[in-house]
Amino acid sequence: MRIESKDQFAAFQAQAREREAGRKKRVLVCCGTGCLATGAREVAEAFAYEIAERGLDVEIGLGVKSTGCHGFCERGPLVVFQPEGLLYTKVQAKRVPEIVEKTILGGEIIPGLLYKNPADNERIPAYEEIPFYKNQVRVAMRNIGRIDPTDLTDAVAHDAYAGLAKALFEMTPDEVLDEVETSGQRGRGGAGFYTARKWRSCKAAPGDRRFVLCNGDEGDPGAFKDRSIMEGDPHSVLEGMIIGAYALGAHDGYIYVRDEYPLAVVNLQAAIVEARKAGLLGENILGSGFDFDIRISRGGGAFVCGESSALMRSLAGKTGEPRAKYVHSTEKGLFDLPTVLNNVETWAGIGAIIHHGGAWFASMGTARSKGTKAFSLVGKVKNTGLIELPMGTTLRHIIYDIGGGVLKDRPFKAVQTGGPSGGCIPENLLDLPVDYERLTEAGSMMGSGGMIVMDDRTCMVDVARYFLAFLTEESCGKCVPCREGLKQMLGIFDALVEGRGRQGDIERIETLAAGMQLGSLCELGKSAPNPVLSTLKYFRSEYEAHIADRACPAGICRDLTAFEIMDDCDGCHVCFKACPTNAIEGTIKELHVIHHDLCISCGACLDVCPTDSIRTFPKIELAVREVV
Amino acid sequence: MPTLKVNGRKVTVAEDVYLLEACRAAGVEVPTLCNFDGLEPWGGCRLCVVDMSLAKWDDDWFKMVTACNHPVEEGMTVITDSERVLATRRVVLDLLLARCPETPLIQRLAREHGIEETSYELNPEPTDCILCGLCTRVCDHIGVSAIASTDRGWGREIAPPFNEPPPDCIGCLACAEICPTDHIKFTTSNSCRTIWGREFEMLRDPKTGEAVITKAQAEHFAARSGVPMTYFETSDRSKRLEVAKTVERLRVVKS
Repeated sequence: MRIESKDQFAAFQAQAREREAGRKKRVLVCCGTGCLATGAREVAEAFAYEIAERGLDVEIGLGVKSTGCHGFCERGPLVVFQPEGLLYTKVQAKRVPEIVEKTILGGEIIPGLLYKNPADNERIPAYEEIPFYKNQVRVAMRNIGRIDPTDLTDAVAHDAYAGLAKALFEMTPDEVLDEVETSGQRGRGGAGFYTARKWRSCKAAPGDRRFVLCNGDEGDPGAFKDRSIMEGDPHSVLEGMIIGAYALGAHDGYIYVRDEYPLAVVNLQAAIVEARKAGLLGENILGSGFDFDIRISRGGGAFVCGESSALMRSLAGKTGEPRAKYVHSTEKGLFDLPTVLNNVETWAGIGAIIHHGGAWFASMGTARSKGTKAFSLVGKVKNTGLIELPMGTTLRHIIYDIGGGVLKDRPFKAVQTGGPSGGCIPENLLDLPVDYERLTEAGSMMGSGGMIVMDDRTCMVDVARYFLAFLTEESCGKCVPCREGLKQMLGIFDALVEGRGRQGDIERIETLAAGMQLGSLCELGKSAPNPVLSTLKYFRSEYEAHIADRACPAGICRDLTAFEIMDDCDGCHVCFKACPTNAIEGTIKELHVIHHDLCISCGACLDVCPTDSIRTFPKIELAVREVV
Repeated sequence: MPTLKVNGRKVTVAEDVYLLEACRAAGVEVPTLCNFDGLEPWGGCRLCVVDMSLAKWDDDWFKMVTACNHPVEEGMTVITDSERVLATRRVVLDLLLARCPETPLIQRLAREHGIEETSYELNPEPTDCILCGLCTRVCDHIGVSAIASTDRGWGREIAPPFNEPPPDCIGCLACAEICPTDHIKFTTSNSCRTIWGREFEMLRDPKTGEAVITKAQAEHFAARSGVPMTYFETSDRSKRLEVAKTVERLRVVKS
C-alpha cells in the first residue's frame, strides 16, 4: 500500500495502533546480535512452534515478536512477556515448552529465569523494576526492543514517521531547522558539533545538489550503540534522514555501514524497501511533493573510514583516507558537493525531536549538552549492555546504579570512555557529570559512547598499549606523525611492558604525543595520544614503576610479574586445574606451590582462587631470591 | 586580492592560492616534502605546518595548519617559526630520519632543524621512500594510475597492482623524476627502459638514432592529444640540429 496524503498516513497510523492494541499478549524475544549469538533465534522459533502447536495464537491471541537489542546483552537471550512486563534472562530453547506451560498458561513465574540483582541477590520479575532499565531515559533507542524491526506497521504503531508527517505537512524546512536548533542536539558520533549549525552551514552552501549521509561505521573497540539502533529500529534512522533532507532540500542519501554489521545491513535494507513501498521514501513522499531516496554503502573494514572525509572518499569509490578539512564538507563533501554527515544516533533522535518538539529534548541534559546519550557499558562491570541516559548523569550513577558495580566487587580503578580517541578517568572523578565538555576537560572525550570499566587488575600502561596497537593497525598511513609516530610510540610501550623501559621514556612519550596532537592530519591521529596522555596524567606512578623498578603494580604485564601462593591457601586445587602450563603443584587440602620456571604469568590461577591466596610480585625479585 | 602578514611582512596574493604560495611570495621559505607545483596539495608530510590567525580571531589565538592546502584569506596573520611549529617539524623530521636514516635529503633537512641523530628506533629495513605520495599523484594526474599506495599505516607501500609489472604503466618516468629522494629506480638504454619490473621499447629519433621516448608513452600522448607519433620521436638534439641548420641557411642567404 502506498500512502499518498496526510490523511492516509493518519489512517495508517490509526490502523497500526489498533492492530497493536489488539495484540496484548506478546512474547518479545531479543534478536540483537548479542542474544542471537547465545541462541535467541532458536528461542524465538521454539516459542513460535509451541504457540502454533497448542493453538495459543487463536485461543488467547498470543504471538511472538523478534525485536532488536534490549540492551542487557550480558543476560541474553532475553525474553519479555507482555502485557505483564515479565523478563526472563538466559533463556534456552529447550526450556521453552516448560515456560509456555508454567508461565504463559499457568501464570507461574519460574524464579531461576528471573534477573538476580547482584546488589542484594533479590530476584526481580518486572522488566521495568530492574535497575539497569529503571534508570534509563530512551530517545534515540525509544523503540528498540519494543518493535519488530522488520515490521513497518509495528514501528508506525510506536510513533515512527510521526515526526516526518509533522515536518512535511505542518512545518517549512526552515521551521524544521529552527526546531532542531531549539533542541540543542549535538553530534552523537563524538565530536559534538551542533546538528542545526551543521545543517545551516550546508544549506547556505552554493549549489542545488546536496547529500545527506549517515555514518554507521562504528569502529571503536567496545562500542555497539549504532549497531543496535540500525538493527533494532532502522526506521528511526531513515525517518531522521528524510526529515534532515527535507530541511536541507536534499534528494540523495547514503548510509555507510561497516561490513562487520551484517544484520544491520539486512534490517536497514528491509526497512528501506518497506518504506519505499509505503511511500515514505522515494518520489513524492507521502504525497507531499518531496523526493528523497537512500542507498546503503558497505564499508571495507577500515576504522579510519568513520572519519568524515575518509568516509566520503570511500563512498565515492576512492581509498578511504582523510583530507584536510579547511574547506568543510558541508560546503565540499561527497563528490565535492555540500554534504551533511551525521551519526546513526544523531539521526535516530531527529524524528523524536520533531514529534515531541525541540524544547522537550532540550529539557533534558546539561547547559551545553542537551538530551540523552547512548552508551555501551562494558568491561569489568556486573551489568554490561547498552544504555541511554540524560546528559549530565554521573559516572558513578552509570557504573554503580545501572552497571551494578565492579565485577566480583573488586576495587574500581578507571573507566575508559570515547574509544581509542578517549582516555581513562580515575576514581576521584567518578562524580563527573558526563557531557561533552566535562569529559574533554578530564582528558577523555564523549566519542561514540563506549565505556570500558576497569578494576584493580588492570595495568594502565598495558591499557594504553592496547589502544596504541589498535590505532597502529588502523592508521591509514597518509601523514607522517600518525603513521611513524604511532609505530614508534608502540615500540616504546612494548619496551615498557617487557621491562626494557629506559629513563627518559616518559619525556620521549610526551614530546612525541605533542607532535602527533599538533601535527597529524585528521582527528584519528590528533587524538591518538589521548589514551597515553590520560593514563600518564592520572597513573604516572605506574609508568615510573615500569621503568625504574621493572615492576607492574597491577600484576598484569607478564614479563614483569611473578605469582606466588600465600600461606592461607586451603588447598582447594582450583588453581591447579586452571593453570595451562602445569606450573602449580600441590595435593588437595594442602598448601600449593607455583614453580616459577614453568609459570607464564598468565594470571589464570589468581582469577579463579576463591580465597584470594595468590599474590603477584615483581619478577625481578626472583633473581634476588635466587642469590639469597 | 587578499593581503596577509607572513612573519610580520605584508604580502598580497591572488584569491585562489594556498598559504604556502603566500609565504613564498613574502620571501619566507617553508619546508615541504609532498608538495609540487601543478599537483593538488595533499597535506601528508606535515612539514609545512605554520601558525595562522584569522582577522576575526583574538590577536593571540593561533591555529596550526598546513600551509600547502590552507586557502588564503584577507587579513590573515601567518607565523612560520613559532616554537610549537618548529617543535612539530622536529618531531616529523625525527620520525622520518628513523624511517629513512640513509636518505641524504632527510638527513639534510633534519640537520637544518638541529637533529643529527634520530631519537627513535631505527628502521631495521632502511628505505628512501618517505611515502609523500608524489609518484602516485603525478601518475594519476597524467591519467595513467599505474601505481598506488597499498596497505595502510606502517605497512603502507607504493606499488603496482598485486606487486606485478603494472600493465597500465607507460614508462614515462614521471614518478621517478618527481620522487624527492630518488627512491624509484629505472634504467634507460638505447633500445629499452625498465621501471616497476617492466620493460619498455624505446622509440629512436629517425635522424640521430638516439632513444627518445617509450613507445607506450608516445602512444598514450598521441592518443590523448591527437598529435602524430612522429612528433614525440624527435629528440631534443634533433630539434636543435634542425634549428641550427635553419640559422646556417639564413646566414648564407644574408651574406
